[in-house]
Amino acid sequence: MSPLWTPLFILALAIAGFFAARSRALSTAGGNPRLMHSLPRVYGMNALIWTAAPALLLLAALTLAQPMMQERQVMSALPDSLTASAGETSLAMAEICRIAGGIATAIENRSLSKDAALQSSDIGTLRDALTGAGIAVTPETSAEILNGAQDWYAYDRRAALLHAVLALGAAALGLVWALRRARKDVNARSTVERGILLLLMGAASVAILTTVGIVFSMLFEAYHFFQQYSWREFFFSTNWNPRFQGGSDLGMLPLLWGTLYISLIALIGAVPIGLFAAIYLSEYASRRMRSIAKPLIEVLAGVPTIVYGLFALITVGPILRDYFAAPMGLGNSASSVMTAGLVMGIMLIPFVSSLSDDIINAVPQSLRDGSYGLGSTQSETVRHVVLPAALPGIVGAILLAASRAIGETMIVVLGAGAAAKLSMNPFEAMTTVTVKIVSQLTGDTDFASPETLVAFALGLTLFVLTLILNVIALYVVRKYREQYE
Amino acid sequence: MTQNRAKIRTEGVNVHYGATHAIKDVTLDIPDKTVTAFIGPSGCGKSTFLRCINRMNDTIDVCRVTGIITIDGEDIYDRRIDPVQLRRKVGMVFQKPNPFPKSIYDNVAYGPKIHGLARNRAELDEIVEKALRRGAIWDEVKDRLSEPGTGLSGGQQQRLCIARAIATEPEILLMDEPCSALDPIATSQVEELIYELKNNYSVVIVTHSMQQAARVSQKTAFFHLGTMVEYGETDEIFTNPRDERTENYITGRIG
Repeated sequence: MSPLWTPLFILALAIAGFFAARSRALSTAGGNPRLMHSLPRVYGMNALIWTAAPALLLLAALTLAQPMMQERQVMSALPDSLTASAGETSLAMAEICRIAGGIATAIENRSLSKDAALQSSDIGTLRDALTGAGIAVTPETSAEILNGAQDWYAYDRRAALLHAVLALGAAALGLVWALRRARKDVNARSTVERGILLLLMGAASVAILTTVGIVFSMLFEAYHFFQQYSWREFFFSTNWNPRFQGGSDLGMLPLLWGTLYISLIALIGAVPIGLFAAIYLSEYASRRMRSIAKPLIEVLAGVPTIVYGLFALITVGPILRDYFAAPMGLGNSASSVMTAGLVMGIMLIPFVSSLSDDIINAVPQSLRDGSYGLGSTQSETVRHVVLPAALPGIVGAILLAASRAIGETMIVVLGAGAAAKLSMNPFEAMTTVTVKIVSQLTGDTDFASPETLVAFALGLTLFVLTLILNVIALYVVRKYREQYE
Repeated sequence: MTQNRAKIRTEGVNVHYGATHAIKDVTLDIPDKTVTAFIGPSGCGKSTFLRCINRMNDTIDVCRVTGIITIDGEDIYDRRIDPVQLRRKVGMVFQKPNPFPKSIYDNVAYGPKIHGLARNRAELDEIVEKALRRGAIWDEVKDRLSEPGTGLSGGQQQRLCIARAIATEPEILLMDEPCSALDPIATSQVEELIYELKNNYSVVIVTHSMQQAARVSQKTAFFHLGTMVEYGETDEIFTNPRDERTENYITGRIG
């Protein structure tokens, strides 16, 4: 029986409960909804919630907890020779899981009989039976592993049955409880309201818990990295030269410099253009013009960054090299900080303009009227009244764009290259933190060497950097808001 | 009452908002150094007419003004007239106090700054102080000029806005229901101020409150459904209206 059947059955039971409770509640009121405390369908919802929610939660909890308990049990049966170190244990467990999975598939396909898989205590026959069913078992696979796999499969089957019984039992209990409460004078409405509240709270906490989880996983791996590599070297060394044979230099300064340099150029391009575009759209453009131009600018935001990267690679890079860098003697590389910065700036324009436009539109018309009434021109009104009033929001928009710039990867790979360098020349190839995170984690990696783990330390640094930007944004916004409202 | 010479003259003014005919053929003369009140029920067009006098309606796309409006004999809808210049001469105070999100000082200094009225900081200080004194708010704010204007109470904000309008030394002051967002105490302070202002400016005030019109104005125009029904001395209008509609309005039967 597939594990999907249990939740489906519970849902079917819940829907049946909905109709049963609704009609039952209605009948206790003699078919007159006016005599009931809550609407008939609210009693139905109540039954639906009581049947489905506890049972599904129980099922989820059991399904999550079971592998851990099972692993401990199977592991305790393994001999010490296989569990000498954490690495060996996880290797043995992985093998056991693989073979157990093979057994399950083979039995479902009827290429292996259940008796042959579970009853045969003789290792030789078991090995033959498994090989015959198409499960890769080498002669070196030890008897303990095979027995472990047998146990694992048996536990799996028992657990699946147990879970189904427990969950269905919970569903039945919930249904009975709700049906008993489907009487006209019971307050079903507040139960349903509370259920909805819990659902919404659950959704909010999933978002928050995920963030916390991400931070912790990064912290954990970064901690491993700093156990193997000196933090002083990481933060203050100007040399980035990872070697997978060992003995790498993993100084992050060249990467951080590249990130900040490219982001700076991108913002220098995007902020004025985006802001001016926003001012034009919100203050000067006619309604018709605005309805055409605004979506057009926003199309820019929908272009995948890899497409921007191609644009940088084949158009902007060569143009900059041939017409600016080479004639000025600043280098002859098509990949450069300038290329990536300019193209990233184009990418950021719609962010800045769209958000600023909304914010400028939110400035009350009465302020503009006041300014016009004093005889100021349109541009004076924009400069002295509208922009100061919209400043907190505009700063927020710019910092959001900055976060995007810092996190951008694709444009940098194609536009600025992958060479970690510390240079002031904007026409030289450089690279950023994100690009190096990708390149350290691509290919065959074990998550034990500092060359791989450095990616997590870099990621954490980036996270902290954007966090600081957000905190500054909040601070600025709050400060000006106090002053202005 | 002595009759002053006409400061503002309007002749056959019509205003259309898209398809709506908001003002129908209004002709009247507004004298200098007096308070003139526009009264009438909601939607009668009195605010729209007021906004024609400093061409604030220009900022609304669908609004079309025809007819002649002159100030000191000069047609303000003439093509050579710059609305920005005009609005310096014709100040405006709005229904809701709308101080800029700046300090009290900067609110008042805004107009003089953009028109280059002060040559240096000392002159600007002087202009600001004078305007705040005329706006009858100097004593309340003189110790906190650098605090935001938005932090003042509603009545103080409105007097600040009046001071702000005065600071550019206009000749005419338009007020669009300046007290409708204020409590009775703030209202009486602002009314007192309006009464004072007539010594230096010609003031045109739109109001919903007939008592207010009676208290502050010397001339009153009654608007109804886009037409000006009656215009005359305030005492006359309130004690001896000629038109039946005016009588119905001031006795509370319409509006």
